[in-house]
Amino acid sequence: MLVWLAGRLVSLVATLLAASAVVFLVIEVVPGDPAAYMLGMNASEQTVAALRTELGLDRSGIARYLDWIGGWLQGDFGTSYTYRTPIVDMVAERITVSLPLALLALSLAVALAFPAALFAASRRGGGADAGVMGLTQLGIAVPNFWFAMLLVLLFSIKLRWLPSGGFPGWEAGIGAALTALLLPAIALALPQASILTRVMRSSLIDALGEDYLRTARAKGLSSGAALWGHALRNAMIPVLTIIGLQFSFLLAGAIIIENVFYLPGLGRLVFQAISSRDLVVVESVVMLLVAAVVLVTFLVDVAYAWVDPRLRTR
Amino acid sequence: MRSILLVAFASGAPLALAAGTEVRIGMQLEPPNLDPTGGAAAAIDEVVYANVFEGLTRFGPDGSVLPGLASEWSAEQGGRYYVFALRDGVTFHDGAEFSAEDVVFSLDRARADDSTNAQKALFANIERIDIIDRTTVEIHLAEPSGDLPFNLAWGDAIMLDEASAADAATKPIGTGPFRFERWVQGDRVELVRFDDYWGEPAALAKVTFKFISEPTAAFSAMMAGDLDAFPVFPAPENLAQFEADPRFTVSVGSTEGETILAMNNAKPPLDDVRVRRAIAKAIDRQDIIDGAMFGYGTPIGTHFAPHNPAYVDLVEQSAHDPEGAKALLEEAGVTDLTLSLKLPPPAYARRGGEIIAAQLRQVGIRTEIENLEWAQWLEQVFKGRDFDLTIVSHTEPMDLNIYARPDYYFQYDDADFQALMASFATETDADERQRILAEAQHKLADDQVNAYLFQLAKTGVTVTGLQGLWENAPTQANDMTGVGWSE
Amino acid sequence: MSLRSLLPGLVLVCLVLGAALLSFAWTPYDVTKLVIADRLQTPSMTHWLGTDHFGRDILSMLMVGARTSLAVALVAVGIGVGLGVPLGLTAAARHGGALDELIMRTNDLVFAFPALVIAILITAVFGPSALNAIIAIGIFNVPVFARLTRGAALSLWTREFILAARVAGKGAVRISLEHVLPNLSNLLIVQATIQFSLGILAEAGLSYVGLGAQPPIPSWGRMLAESQTLVTLAPHVALFPGLAIVASVLGLNLLGDALRDWLDPRLRHAR
Repeated sequence: MLVWLAGRLVSLVATLLAASAVVFLVIEVVPGDPAAYMLGMNASEQTVAALRTELGLDRSGIARYLDWIGGWLQGDFGTSYTYRTPIVDMVAERITVSLPLALLALSLAVALAFPAALFAASRRGGGADAGVMGLTQLGIAVPNFWFAMLLVLLFSIKLRWLPSGGFPGWEAGIGAALTALLLPAIALALPQASILTRVMRSSLIDALGEDYLRTARAKGLSSGAALWGHALRNAMIPVLTIIGLQFSFLLAGAIIIENVFYLPGLGRLVFQAISSRDLVVVESVVMLLVAAVVLVTFLVDVAYAWVDPRLRTR
Repeated sequence: MRSILLVAFASGAPLALAAGTEVRIGMQLEPPNLDPTGGAAAAIDEVVYANVFEGLTRFGPDGSVLPGLASEWSAEQGGRYYVFALRDGVTFHDGAEFSAEDVVFSLDRARADDSTNAQKALFANIERIDIIDRTTVEIHLAEPSGDLPFNLAWGDAIMLDEASAADAATKPIGTGPFRFERWVQGDRVELVRFDDYWGEPAALAKVTFKFISEPTAAFSAMMAGDLDAFPVFPAPENLAQFEADPRFTVSVGSTEGETILAMNNAKPPLDDVRVRRAIAKAIDRQDIIDGAMFGYGTPIGTHFAPHNPAYVDLVEQSAHDPEGAKALLEEAGVTDLTLSLKLPPPAYARRGGEIIAAQLRQVGIRTEIENLEWAQWLEQVFKGRDFDLTIVSHTEPMDLNIYARPDYYFQYDDADFQALMASFATETDADERQRILAEAQHKLADDQVNAYLFQLAKTGVTVTGLQGLWENAPTQANDMTGVGWSE
Repeated sequence: MSLRSLLPGLVLVCLVLGAALLSFAWTPYDVTKLVIADRLQTPSMTHWLGTDHFGRDILSMLMVGARTSLAVALVAVGIGVGLGVPLGLTAAARHGGALDELIMRTNDLVFAFPALVIAILITAVFGPSALNAIIAIGIFNVPVFARLTRGAALSLWTREFILAARVAGKGAVRISLEHVLPNLSNLLIVQATIQFSLGILAEAGLSYVGLGAQPPIPSWGRMLAESQTLVTLAPHVALFPGLAIVASVLGLNLLGDALRDWLDPRLRHAR
């Protein structure tokens, strides 16, 4: 086990390094001068050059890459060109919005998907099952930004029940903060819940068909107990993988939703940074998101291998 | 001078305003930092100008140059040097005293070789600054000029204290009626009333600037009551709904933004004035104003603001005339023309661009539209001059002299015009200045350097009862000093 | 379940495809003509789905926009299949070797990248256009097909008829092409429909943030973006493009489900 683990760790580090190189290269290729953007139309060539030196933009690519990596190891993600503040501070602030949003959306999705999947799986093949499957098909087909538009139209403008966007900050109280995240989370949760329902249902049906379950039922366990006791536990494994993947997707994929609801999260930070050519921010945040995905995958792999030793050989 | 001061005082007098109140102002763009002397973003001035920072002079709501930290000034030797009398008892927000030394520091910092001030040209003419005493300075110019008080009113010329200047981008310390409280990046900036302000204290106890870039979100926020005002509301299509709602008041004013279809004068066939005139004639300004700005905006015939008393109305010279356009193109021997049309983000450009593309198609000119972000636009169009057509709004006041710069992005190189602008810079007689301005406007229209579309309107939405916000935008700022809630 | 999803799926897909193909020959109105005076009209006998903020007929816009959505998604799938399948076959043929490892690692790497952010970056580098949207979406289709192909091919490589071919002296390439690939085709077709529908959603998302096909080419996502500020004035402008997207994606997914049932009986029991 330990040998396997060590191997996986090496692999993890290699992946992260490779990713960092790719991220850096891709972003370096992006044309557009952050200094020119910051100073605008009326600045002279001289002034722009002065700013470039001040930002350290005139050093070689390799020098900047090594600086960047070195900084990461010390917890310093660099300094934003436009905001002139340490990126690690900016990320820390934005994460307090993006992370809860992702968690809330995921919780809503799971809260919707579990009962729906259980319901459908237990009534498999019937009209109710078809009904649930039809709804999930619809849920997957709806673009979440369009859904968000409709939600705001109804709940913010017509009914005035919920804010149309913005984030008051956690100091304003948990209630106010969560209320601000509710509509965005719902918009994000709809397609996720649909996917999750389908996966869970499928996985449950598989698990229900397994031999050992027939044995359990033959031993006298009722259908309900069989479902809850055995099938559910085994069905959870692939579902947990999906949930893990969805979580990392939600962190980054909420860009559009964060824009629609003007939430100061990671997604919108990256979007604005790309627009203003604040490349350091883009590099660091993309790297962060990549690292998050790679880590989650790694943890899931470890969890699997720990549970099922057969999986320890590639 | 004295009459101007009286008028200034009268117009700045506050109404019967409720004390200890707050206001939430919406803005489309978030400033990248809070130092107006270190970057060009208008958003910076929109937050801090007149609120946190002050200069020797300042712009009033009608664009006039008013006393700021200097209570009065005089031009000596025909504008060769100026004597500024500074106010006494002025303190910065951190308690430091304001004096002549700060004037020298701030202006020298702006005009230094390594300065990153975006408007360095404003200070180019300053030769030296002499301290006469604690509250008097003399500013000596290399060439006599009437522009100095005007130049010093810009946000790039505000006064800083040497001790706190280095952190101005994140912790702005100025002399204004509001002091900086906090900046939640990506969300808002909070200002609170500065109790030791040298002048009339602000009526508002707290001002919050909220940044909402999506026009839909702006609309939702106003409708939902999350904001008290949006001085430059980005979606003119929603204004009718606000007007119909008694909770809100819509104000329509003017800006210094000449919105133009810029043409690359150095790139054939756009170097042929007949082709440029043809393009101008193909355009129906009213269609653009209606389609892109939902009716808000004033047509212009040259690069000058209609609300300016020196304006000459030359709209008819390039009125909508598709047949005339086709004839001109034929005369110039141009057939099968395809031009690139690069558009920055604002609605006037994106929507206006689509409308212009359709209008040009009517006279046989095809366009390839490319929607760019500001960074790309600056890189490709502004710096690289890699474009045929583009649409942009020039929002600096009195910016005719961009046409005197042959390397400016549209590359108009005319010796006569350059001479005209040179003579204007040194002319101090008011009538002669007016005459030169008129001649310049005619020339720009005759040479059809660009197609002049319309003057950008300032459409603001406020909650009914909030008074004092500027109707016009002679400079891009949200002066909150005279703002408050009526009873 | 099979017929229940086949019929509505087929109907929806034919509707969208039909509209796209028809638009080449005829649309109710010319989408390049702007008639500002006619703007924001609600559905009526003259304009069946109303007009947008420039006075253009929405039905015509949707028809031409269908071309964009379908074309972008289709070519993106093409890229995924064209690059991903050979990669997967190679990895399976060279299972356990350095090439296999390299391909799988690169796959994992691409999977780790946040797709939307990279798509936005790509269009920032190369400029917004339908072509760049295709590339951006296509890139993320490649690892999907590579992984799928490799997984399925691996299980085939252990089968007897493959062993027989190897004994007969056939090389890996021939085996892959003549024996492995044909047996994967059903799986690939099903996955292709899934990626196709995802591609339509992705194109809508990219167009929504302004990074897909540029004006004057109509695009459903861009229609939605432009309708946002008008949604309280004229809700129909926001409603119809959204419904078009839902209809296409739904139709493709239903069709995909039905195809899977029909082509791969082994999977039926899991439904």
